Amino acid sequence: MTDPAILLSLDNITKRFGALVANDAISLDLRESEILALLGENGAGKTTLMNILFGHYVQDEGLVRVRSNGGDMNSLPPGSPGAALAAGVGMVHQHFTLAENLSGLDNIRLGTEPLLSLGRRAMARTRIKSIIAESGLEVDLDRRVADLTVGEKQRIEILKALYRDARVLILDEPTAVLTPQEAEGLFVVLRRLAANGLGVIFISHKLGEVLAVSHRIMVLRGGKKAGELTAAQADRRAIADLMVGKAVAEVTRTPGSIGKALLEFDNVCLGKPSTRTALRQVSFKLRAGEIVGLAGISGNGQTAIAALLSGLAVPDSGTLRLDGQPMTRTSPRRLVEAGFARMPEDRQHDGVVGTMSVAENIAIEDVRSPELSHFGFLNRNAMQTRAQSAIAAYDVRCPGPDAEARLLSGGNVQKLILARVLEREPRIILANQPTRGLDIGAQAEVHRRILAARDRGAAVLVISEDLDELFALADRFLVIHAGEVVEAGPADALDRATIGLLMAGQSHTTEPLAQ
Amino acid sequence: MSLRLDPREHAPLFLRLLVSLVAGLAALLLVAIPVMAAGANPFEAYLLMAQGAFGSMFALSETLNRATPLILTGLAAAVAFRARLWNIGAEGQLYMGALAAVMVGSGFLQLPAPLAIPAIMLAGFLAGGLMMVIPAMLKQRFGADEVVITLLLNFVVILFIQMLIEGPLKDPLAMGWPQSVPLVAEARFDKLIPRLRMHWGLIVGLVAALILWLMVKRTVLGFEIKAVGENKAAARFAGIPVDATMLKVALISGGLAGLAGVSEVAGVKGYLSADLSPGFGYSGIVVAMLAGLSPIGSVLAAIFIAAVFVGADSMSRATGISNYLADLVVALSLLCVLVGSFFLRFRLRWQSRQEA
Repeated sequence: MTDPAILLSLDNITKRFGALVANDAISLDLRESEILALLGENGAGKTTLMNILFGHYVQDEGLVRVRSNGGDMNSLPPGSPGAALAAGVGMVHQHFTLAENLSGLDNIRLGTEPLLSLGRRAMARTRIKSIIAESGLEVDLDRRVADLTVGEKQRIEILKALYRDARVLILDEPTAVLTPQEAEGLFVVLRRLAANGLGVIFISHKLGEVLAVSHRIMVLRGGKKAGELTAAQADRRAIADLMVGKAVAEVTRTPGSIGKALLEFDNVCLGKPSTRTALRQVSFKLRAGEIVGLAGISGNGQTAIAALLSGLAVPDSGTLRLDGQPMTRTSPRRLVEAGFARMPEDRQHDGVVGTMSVAENIAIEDVRSPELSHFGFLNRNAMQTRAQSAIAAYDVRCPGPDAEARLLSGGNVQKLILARVLEREPRIILANQPTRGLDIGAQAEVHRRILAARDRGAAVLVISEDLDELFALADRFLVIHAGEVVEAGPADALDRATIGLLMAGQSHTTEPLAQ
Repeated sequence: MSLRLDPREHAPLFLRLLVSLVAGLAALLLVAIPVMAAGANPFEAYLLMAQGAFGSMFALSETLNRATPLILTGLAAAVAFRARLWNIGAEGQLYMGALAAVMVGSGFLQLPAPLAIPAIMLAGFLAGGLMMVIPAMLKQRFGADEVVITLLLNFVVILFIQMLIEGPLKDPLAMGWPQSVPLVAEARFDKLIPRLRMHWGLIVGLVAALILWLMVKRTVLGFEIKAVGENKAAARFAGIPVDATMLKVALISGGLAGLAGVSEVAGVKGYLSADLSPGFGYSGIVVAMLAGLSPIGSVLAAIFIAAVFVGADSMSRATGISNYLADLVVALSLLCVLVGSFFLRFRLRWQSRQEA
């Protein structure tokens, strides 16, 4: 049997940004009916490559060729998204490019034909309906995009590409915003589309889903092709090693010894009750020596819980108790003094002052302590010493304590924050999206530190959108949906499907809502 | 070939000095065009300016006398701008400081000089500071824009001062001139050198610059101001009291401008009038920008700006060219320094079309 025809071929694509080689002579072929996963750490060059393919960037060297309807491989003019679209390349960006105030139908037609001609509108509807029937991309075409869920918006984006007769579909991190169930639904659609001949390139850094959906996997590392393998021959370890370029030490979680409750949320409400992000009568406990994972689709009240635990907000009603004592008038400084360690969700924006030095950023939470200042004067030597030992102990890669924090990579910023908050042996730890955007090596390091803090007896709350991360860390699960927190029970008794149902707001079967 | 911009990781000190220096020189170079248009030789004109500003002990004293309020208003702008608090109201704060000095120091308190001078300085500092604390509080409470409020307050203050010196504060012995009752002798700043106009206000300005420099480099307050100015969200998250820090900055900034007013009243005029300041508050912004918001640099920039004004007066007398060209130099050096600050953030690089 001959292989299916090649749809798309990238030939020795090289792209340089100044001294940085983002893509170094990368070649790839995509065949009809194939799902190719493009896997790599942040900064490996995945997005750059796809932006070249789609015409957003101009490559320094190399050719992009797409098969025409006649079967010839025509090379695409560089730097022309219009040409890429015309040649049948469709791209679904990580951040959607939809007009929120138009209906799904109009968004799909937008850019291909005038919106105001009635006859065409009906024709378009029939055609889209048939695409939907073929692909299984069920969505209400007449609702405003603003009212659709994230998963539905994504379907609109895919329909948009298919409506333009895309024969190659590129998806950039499509599952980052989906629940496990929605992601599974997407995979079903992709398999079906591929079976009908579509070629799919699927960009991701999550190993599990890549193995689940793709036929072939290409791994990029540092701008180069690090390896290419079929899904059948791939296993997680091998791919992870390829991505990082060295063996990754796996973090293992040993059961901890759980102590007494340190922090308690008692019927806490915060925010306008009409909004999805407000907390409604939230009650839970954090106990010493235990990691609690808070799962949920983003925008369901996680931010409010994080704000309470950071000291940025106080409950509208209800009580926070520390060691059984109600906490009144919390503030970031009071919480730090009470032994809280707080890792912000947006570490670049809320975690560090970019133009201040590494040493200053490590000192920033307790600069008024006697260790770091006397009578209002800074003890620069103490700051320097602390920074040097933090850099060594937490392996913060930077030119030195005086380097500005903005020069650090995301992983190193997170290590800096870990060094700042964990060195004081905190009793309560809030880790909000602790490894979002970090590479596998940095992820393992962050996880190891959080587990070590738990073993030392700290109570930890991990908020994450990455279920793999939560299963790697958590002893117990909470799930948040529309501002209500449900106790899901010990991690060992749970699976992804159960958590996914709770994330989608389906009530728990074994345990009634404790209200 | 095409030009491209690479962000700089770090702007070294010499480069920052160079940018300020080149900006000043570029302004002088640009002003040479209207000087030539007025029919004078720019080299001669600038030589006369330099002589007028530094050519004699008298000239130097005049320049430093002129620089004194500019140092203080320059510091006022620098400390506020460092915290991203846009204080455009130094002119009004200066007048409020001067008013407070006159209220306290015109004889209603009987104090010996060692107490009277600190008293008028404290009163002036607080009055000027209050004029900035109020807009800062309005900003925090209602999100009111401090640029608009401080700018407009300048006019409010000037009208208020005019009302006072035409009314309750009017000096009955001034033969009808709209000026306030004078400061008592105990509340006056001494001259530094007999028969020359420069006075102890200059020392006040220099000490203020040193204290601010120390504050920026060495104190917790300076640390917190930097954090709040550079990234408010991260500062708040880290537990720095953002609002309180901003109010401290406002007090210091307005206070320094108030001290400029005290210094002009106690060191130069002896009374308050509506022409006390020919825009020292606004020129302070230029001083701070030219200094790259550095306290020590503000002293040098203030002397430069003062020299331009004093030198231009003297040159104007000799050549007949309008001394407005001093304003032109000041305005252009602000524009040049803004252009120059671009080069502190980016590096220009030529590259061939292939690389692009």
